[in-house]
This record gives sequence, C-alpha cells and structure tokens, in this order.
Amino acid sequence: MGNNIRKIFIYLALIACGIFMVVPFVWMISTSLMSQAEFNKGESVFIPKENYDIIRNTAPEQRIIVVKVIGDTTLVHYLNENGRITREYVKITTKSIKHIYKPISIHWENFSKAFKKVPFARYFANTLFVSFLSLFGVLITSAFAAFAFARMEFKGRDMLFLLFISMVMVPEPIYLISSYVLLDKLHWLDTYRGLIIPWCVNVFTVFLFRQHFKSLPKELFDAAAIDGCSTMGMLRRIVLPLSKPVIATASVFSLIGSWNSFMWPLVMTDSPEKRLLQVGLSYFNAEASAQTTLLMAASTFSIVPILILFFLAQKQIIESTAKTGLKD
Amino acid sequence: MKTRWKISPYIYILPALVLLVSFRMLPIVMSFVISFFEWTLHGTGGFIGISNYQKLINDPEFWQSMMNTVWLVIFVVPASLIFSLIFAVLLNQIKALRGLFRTVYFLPFVTSMVAVSIVWKIIFNEQTGLANQFLNVIGISPQKWLAEARGIFDIFFSGFGIHLPNWMGGPSQALFAIIIMTVWKSLGYNTIIYLAGLQNIAKDYYEAAEIDGAGKFKQFFKITLPLVSPTTFYVLMMTTIVTFQAFSQVYLMTNKGGPLGTTNLIVYYIFTKGFDTHEMGYASAAALMLFAVILGLTVIQKRLEKHVNY
Repeated sequence: MGNNIRKIFIYLALIACGIFMVVPFVWMISTSLMSQAEFNKGESVFIPKENYDIIRNTAPEQRIIVVKVIGDTTLVHYLNENGRITREYVKITTKSIKHIYKPISIHWENFSKAFKKVPFARYFANTLFVSFLSLFGVLITSAFAAFAFARMEFKGRDMLFLLFISMVMVPEPIYLISSYVLLDKLHWLDTYRGLIIPWCVNVFTVFLFRQHFKSLPKELFDAAAIDGCSTMGMLRRIVLPLSKPVIATASVFSLIGSWNSFMWPLVMTDSPEKRLLQVGLSYFNAEASAQTTLLMAASTFSIVPILILFFLAQKQIIESTAKTGLKD
Repeated sequence: MKTRWKISPYIYILPALVLLVSFRMLPIVMSFVISFFEWTLHGTGGFIGISNYQKLINDPEFWQSMMNTVWLVIFVVPASLIFSLIFAVLLNQIKALRGLFRTVYFLPFVTSMVAVSIVWKIIFNEQTGLANQFLNVIGISPQKWLAEARGIFDIFFSGFGIHLPNWMGGPSQALFAIIIMTVWKSLGYNTIIYLAGLQNIAKDYYEAAEIDGAGKFKQFFKITLPLVSPTTFYVLMMTTIVTFQAFSQVYLMTNKGGPLGTTNLIVYYIFTKGFDTHEMGYASAAALMLFAVILGLTVIQKRLEKHVNY
C-alpha cells in the first residue's frame, strides 16, 4: 500500500518535470500557429484562437473584439465578416458576455509568411550540404585513424592518441578568433570549404570507433592476414560490415552537431547565399523581433528535422550518450 | 605481422592528424601569438608585448563579463546536478514509461541553442510571455525578466523592505532568466549520464541496507550518493566547461549583453571584441584567459576527484 503511494508520487514528480521540459516546445508550436494580433493580446496561451470573440445568443452570430471591461458593461468593437470594424465602442451587458466564445483558428500561413521573408529553403539546403559533406569527411578520417589506433602497433601510438584525446578539452571559443585569421590567410572565409573541411575531423568519433574496433575478435584479422588480405581489405571486408551500428551512432551525433552549429558559421560566412540555417534564424530573430508568431514558425521549422532524426534514433542516441559518461 | 604495418599506420592517421593539427592545434598556438600583437581584422599592427593583457585586467567590462559568467556557473552547475540526480533517481525506480520520460527529458539537449533561445526569449517577454502568465496564475506580479538589470537578491529582499547594497544584489534578473533556460537545456544530458551511473550500482547494497532497516533517505545519502560520485565528477566537469562557453543565449536573447551589461558573458565579450570592434589580438588574450580558467578548474576537479573517489 505504502509502496503504491510512493509510486504515485514518483510518477507525479516525473510528470511535473516532464511538463517543464516540453512546455517550451508546446508553446513554440502553438504560438507558431497563432495570429499575431491574438498573441499580442496574451489571452490564448496554448490553443491558437481567433482574434475576435463571437456572441452566440444573437440570431446571426456577432463577431466582436473586447476592448475594455468597466464594471458590468463591456466596451466592444463589432466586426463584419471580413474582420473589419463596423461599429466602434458598443457597450454590451454581462448577460451576453456569458455567451461569448472564442473560436479556435490555426494560422498555417505563418510558415509561408516566414518563408517569404527569409530564404529558409536555401539555408536548409546549405545546411544539409555542409552537414553531409562534413559527416562524410568525419567518417573517413575517423575510421582510418581509429583502425590504426586500435589494430596496429607503431612507434608513438599512445602519444599520438593522447594528443588526439587532449583536443576534446579545448573549447571552440578559444580558437575561434585565430581560426578566423587562419581562414582569412587561406582565403577560405565565406566559402563552403571553410565550413566543411575544418570539421571533417572529430576526436569523439575517433574515440568511439577505436573502442569498437578494439572489441572485434583478433582471430578475424589473423585469419584474413593468413589469407593474404591487405589492411585496406580488412577495413572494407571485416571492419565495415561489423561496424554498422557504431557508424550509425557516430553519424547521428555528427549530423546533430553540424545541424546545430552556430558560432563558426556565424563568424566565417558573410554572404546570405552561404548562410546556414541557424545563422539565418539568428538574423531573422534580429530583424523580425516583433513578429513573434513568424519567429516561432521559423524556430519550429528549424527544429523539426533534428526531432525526426532524434525520434528515429533515440534509443541509440541516449544509450551511447550514457556510455560516454561512463567511459571517463 | 608487425613488419607489414610499418609505414601504413601513419598514413592511416594522417588525414585526421593533418586536420587536427591545422584546424585545432595551429589556431591554439596562433591565439597565443596573436595575443601579443595589435591585430586588426585582416592583419597585424605590430608586436606590443603584454599590452593586451594589461589592458584586459584594467577593463571593467572584462571583469563584469567574467563575474557574470561565474554567476551563471555558480547557479547553473549545482541546479543542473541536483535536479538531474533527482530525475535520475526517480526514473531509476520505475519501469513503465521510463523510455518516454527519458526521451522527453533529452529533447532540449538535441535541439539547437539558437531555436530554443528564441523560444525562451519570447517566454520571458514582459507583456505576453509564458513566464509572466505563469506568475500571474500563482499570484506573483509580472517581472521584467530580460529587461531587468537589478540583482535577484536585491529584488527578493526589497519585497521585505530590506535594501541591499549594490555588491550584494547578485546576478541581474535578466541573467537569472538565462540561468533558467541554461539549466533547462542541460538537464536532459546530465539525467541520462546519472541514470547510467545509478544502474551501475549493485542492487545488493540496497538489499543489505533494507535488511538493516535503513530508510530510503538514508539509503540515498549513504549508498547512492557516494557510489555515484565518479559520475558526479564527470557531470560536474562537463557542465562547468560547457557553461563557461555559453554564448548563443546572450547573442539571441539579449540586446548585446544588456541591460547594463549584466548578461554579458565572457565568450560574448570575446566575440564582440573580435568581430564588432575587430581587436583580434585583444580578443585572443581574453580567450586565453578563459582557457586558463577552464584548464585550472579541470586540474582542480581532477585533484579533488582522486581524494573523494570510491
């Protein structure tokens, strides 16, 4: 009995925390579907509703906008069907107030409006292009390096690996300024090269692959060596087929990382046609700060691809996150 | 077999190594060099020794941004650790719906800082934001949030008629709004790490404690907390380092680190010095100061870990 009550409390606490975690997303989506006028009034919070109210008990329903409530009378505007004001400041009594309701209305056009203001499709395509090319680079460089670290013996291996790992600890803001200078000297500023090539290496992925390659049975490699299989052949015929899950995990992390990266593309690109999604979103945030509903629509749009990826691969993402925490 | 792999290992490592050396190590060394120069956006203005560092320690704006960042870390790290440990302990006690809760908690971690910063900026909107609507429901008067430069301790105590001196005011309410969203963003990751740590603790300890008649709270403090301490150190270190680097929140939610510079964080300061006023040498010096702080903290935490670890 006591145990059951405890369980109920645990679930209640978890639900409360869960609500705190998702409410910003729910609010984002509901606001993205609301008319700006309705949002500015601050009356409908989670359900997008019409800007006007309707009085039900009149023969043809009357559309009104409540302007002010004074005592038991309410000052309203009457609207015609086009939403234009037909009569200003009419007083209505509390009796009719009881029959007022607000119809729900979903404003999908916020999305198309946001798209008209800012070329999000272009930003989207740029981001896909940069994300997948750097993913490709990361997988290649990591697979080769990790294979050498895990399966080969050579002078300075442990030193080199330590060197790799130590780079994880250096935060991006530390080398941002000098990277700008470097890219400037290379004439890589405001180019796709500058967005892709520096991110074709990922120490975390090297580490992840190395752990996995080490766990593969040694006998497989010995047998392949006896059969005269080259190292490249081993990598292609033995390692690759046995590494699909870890490659998938690394890919998902890499894609999330480059999709969400912001500081680097913000600093390294200038021209609008090379803008990535997050940078474009931040410019939109600066330009359209009063157009809350459009901003929310753009934010929703920018999050959706990552959410889809997350829901498809959530088990892998969460479990490998948990593992990295334990490895330290 | 060893003889066959004499040159090839280095060739295998080469692509990753070249990129790592060119785009991580070289820039770090360059930061160091640039910090001794008067360096503008596209070139150098000459070697000036430690002038950038001297100017830096005499710049009140630098110290303010450092102080703001320290406030952020002081609030975010313990709050995030405590809440995520509680979430994880609760999650560890249930079976049904655990996956669902895990997913929900993890959601903020995978979404982009830019998008969620925009959402939280609107949540803290004075007129129609969700934060004030929530306060309204529980009977607290609306707050100015991101527009409020007054310290939160000052605001709290002035409610009781006590006026605090300026230096005791604490982080501004605007910074506090940023603290709330940063905790929210970090909770999911830490919860998952903690949950994994908790699942590593053998059930036998709890069974033995149960037989000895220890209550749930005693079990938590005597078994869970000590045995999960390696995880705590990892989470502590990660959260501290990540929080020191907070940037996007300030860039997107505030008006250039305002009001009155109370949300100007160190990375934002570096960013503005580098890319608004183009003092690249000066900004590099500031970046290296931040690096020194992070490195120092990492060393201290590693030392402490050796003393406390089980």
